[in-house]
Amino acid sequence: MTRRVGVVLFPGSNCEHDVVRAIAGIGGQAEIVWHGATTVDGFDAVVLPGGFAHGDYLRAGALARFAPVMGAVADFAASGGPVVGICNGFQVLTEAGLLPGALQKNAHLRFLCVPAALRVDSTGSVLTRNVAVGTELVLPINHFVGRFVCDDATLAELVADERVVLRYLDNPNGSVDDIAGICNRTGNVVGLMPHPERAADALVGGVDGVPLLASLLDIAAAAA
Amino acid sequence: MRFAVHLEVRLRPTIADPEGATIERSLPALGFDDVSNVRAGRSFRFEVEADDESAARLRVSELAHRLLANPVMEDADLLSLAPLEPARLP
Repeated sequence: MTRRVGVVLFPGSNCEHDVVRAIAGIGGQAEIVWHGATTVDGFDAVVLPGGFAHGDYLRAGALARFAPVMGAVADFAASGGPVVGICNGFQVLTEAGLLPGALQKNAHLRFLCVPAALRVDSTGSVLTRNVAVGTELVLPINHFVGRFVCDDATLAELVADERVVLRYLDNPNGSVDDIAGICNRTGNVVGLMPHPERAADALVGGVDGVPLLASLLDIAAAAA
Repeated sequence: MRFAVHLEVRLRPTIADPEGATIERSLPALGFDDVSNVRAGRSFRFEVEADDESAARLRVSELAHRLLANPVMEDADLLSLAPLEPARLP
């Protein structure tokens, strides 16, 4: 059966169609879910896409977390449903408390729009379950607020529990411990700054995002 | 009663503040050699309706912690909270 992925559209999201297209390209079915929706019933996985929800006013993700759909996303996550936040979606997940830490302005205060070399450091998340530890990927990054920060205790816990999913090989933004992506304790909620959906077609520069999205679809199939 | 509130939100001392650091680095070129420890932040001014000052403080604190500051990386300081109407003497 085709797995259904809900892609949440906040006012100001701008990567939702990229995610829909990438999921369709690997045999899944993705649909846009308006942020005013009060349920994500019927979906096997939920993606919070990149962009600038609510103009990034106050802080990136700070206003989006109060969207009606976020209550449904939190319930879905609590019941073990796979939830992935990409870029702005990662910021929303940290603001919502579904992932620890926070994203801050890049250390050098420059907007970054470059391919980033990354290493998979854990298979404990829905996005990396099928990808071997040590696998190196090149994915686009596209952010100003991408420096992951957290307190020392949180960092120690993330490292000890192997919840750092992706690390930069050459830290572009000053993130603590080169962190590009993390997951929650149960591995079903993942946040990452790089864009796997923009590396899902050889025509536009690479397919390194495919194994990550394929892993998500596999997990969604198992969870359904 | 209505209270006028002035709240400051800024990054915690342990969180690097690249904006403040960049401002500070540009100061010597302008002749401000005597300025240091620059930190950038945000200031919010708003009004709140409450029964009394302590109730107003409580509401402001809730608002600061739920929305205006991210406790993972920011602190919030109440700079002032004052009744909008002058208090009438009994």
